[in-house]
Amino acid sequence: MLDQLINTGSKATRDGFGAGLYEIGKLNPEVVALCADLVGSLKMEAFIKDFPERFFQVGIAEANMMGIAAGLATSGKIPYTGTFANFSTGRVYDQLRQSIAYSDKNVKVCASHAGLTLGEDGATHQILEDIGMIKMLPGFAVICPCDYNQTKAATMAIAEHYGPVYLRFGRPNWPVFTPENQRFEIGKAQVLSTGADISLIATGHMVWQAVEAARALAAEGISCEVINVHTIKPLDEETILDSVSKTKCVVSAEEHQRNGGLGESIAGLLARRLPLPIEFVAVNDSFGESGKPMELLDKYGLGVPDVIAAVKRALQRKS
Amino acid sequence: MADITQLKDIASQVRRDIIRQTYYSNSGHPGGSLGCADFFTALYFKVLRRHPHFDMTGKGEDMFFLSNGHISPVWYSVLARAGYFPIEELATFRQLHSRLQGHPATHEGLPGIRIASGSLGQGISVAIGAALAKKLNGDPHLVYALTGDGELQEGQIWEAAMFAAHHKVDNLIVTVDWNGQQIDGPNDEVISLGNLPAKWEAFGWEVLHTPGNDMASLLHTLQHAGELTGKGRPVVVLMRTEMGFGVDFMTGSHKWHGVAPNKEQAIQALAQLPETLGDYPGPGEI
Repeated sequence: MLDQLINTGSKATRDGFGAGLYEIGKLNPEVVALCADLVGSLKMEAFIKDFPERFFQVGIAEANMMGIAAGLATSGKIPYTGTFANFSTGRVYDQLRQSIAYSDKNVKVCASHAGLTLGEDGATHQILEDIGMIKMLPGFAVICPCDYNQTKAATMAIAEHYGPVYLRFGRPNWPVFTPENQRFEIGKAQVLSTGADISLIATGHMVWQAVEAARALAAEGISCEVINVHTIKPLDEETILDSVSKTKCVVSAEEHQRNGGLGESIAGLLARRLPLPIEFVAVNDSFGESGKPMELLDKYGLGVPDVIAAVKRALQRKS
Repeated sequence: MADITQLKDIASQVRRDIIRQTYYSNSGHPGGSLGCADFFTALYFKVLRRHPHFDMTGKGEDMFFLSNGHISPVWYSVLARAGYFPIEELATFRQLHSRLQGHPATHEGLPGIRIASGSLGQGISVAIGAALAKKLNGDPHLVYALTGDGELQEGQIWEAAMFAAHHKVDNLIVTVDWNGQQIDGPNDEVISLGNLPAKWEAFGWEVLHTPGNDMASLLHTLQHAGELTGKGRPVVVLMRTEMGFGVDFMTGSHKWHGVAPNKEQAIQALAQLPETLGDYPGPGEI
């Protein structure tokens, strides 16, 4: 199965968002979009061109954007907000909490440029805490797709799901390896490659890193079960437990702080249901810095060699 | 439709409800609630074109959003008196298992509430969203919102003000409860609001002024505000109220912003407020 996971050409996940927004705009007249002065970065031009009356430019005023989205949702619209992940979460946390989550509003918070792979803009913009912040909000779904195709499909699927959604994606071109037009099932983890020795569970850009690590490990005779958890909340506990029951150990991989991330969610699950070793590939309580995406992943311990090392640590602990 | 005498009677009963809710829960915010009793009464019994039963989406009716959620006692009273939920339910204010949360919420499904408020500064933005939806839907009805004055210190208010003018959200009427008081004291001592009319004018809004504790003036201004809609600009009504209005020892001071009356004070307050529609059954003797 690893052989079938090939890069069919790199594209940015944010382009997948733009394409998905346009498609869902055509299909569902209740979908509206808002942006806080980042139309080009969020790739919203196609939607705006064909549906100008359903688009609202809010300017650099993210708190207001979240409130307006809540009001639109109250009236039955399905608002998609677009800005960077940093400004979609920390900057507007109280608005997300009170006007959207607590008020049960059907708002889709679409967040680009998440994580280290934002690159040169540096740590002010490289949010690594957003998954944790949003997963703590009752009722919010947290979705982090792995490539262009999946981001496009997820952008369309969330319109059919009633309730607040945080959709996280990124800036750089990134390998595209999931099938075009594959249906996106919210809350359903994907076993990309079956394996016997370890469950390698990743989200977002790190799924490709996990695939690459699994290939290298296979050459050493280590069999990884690679799982793409594109929905961090609600977590697909059964798929994870089924896998770990077999492999008896886990590595999690994410472009996020270890605190509050996917790995923490999995560790909590294991502690409750199946206490077995887990190792984390994540940023360890630090901010990022300027640099190229791959350089940053390597420096902060998210490179393919780091995934491989984590697998070996977990395997050692298993025995 | 109620006439002015009837509206004043309703407002008196609403003030009794405010005193009794805050007394029995030994918490809540009577000051701003009393000051806005006339506004809420006018709104729900005269101004709003509304369905008798609650519909979250507000399609085909005027909508109202409360931004300064701490004055929940006045809203709950008026919603109950307007028929959205049983008047007896006012006795559950701030109690465990109640739909009448300390600050308004949709979470428990209380009819009449469309958004949680309490953390300040968010309501105008939400009202703008509802107003935009009305335009998209071709719905000619209006969206109303109320904010406090101290609340205008929140930055999001001015983000919303800028947006509404730029996008010509002219089906929106925001009222500011300008009582000059906030928790820590008068606005002018905490953070002065400066020239408030000039600020709203500079942001591109139609600005109206009204006394907020004179029913006839209030009705006249709100009607005028309605006439100014649909002309390309959002409308703000700067409403001069007195915090605690209707109860002499509570009037005009920030000290009753968030303090409930004790039994003696509640009895003293109720003696000044005629019972017109009948009190809801309370758990005690007052």
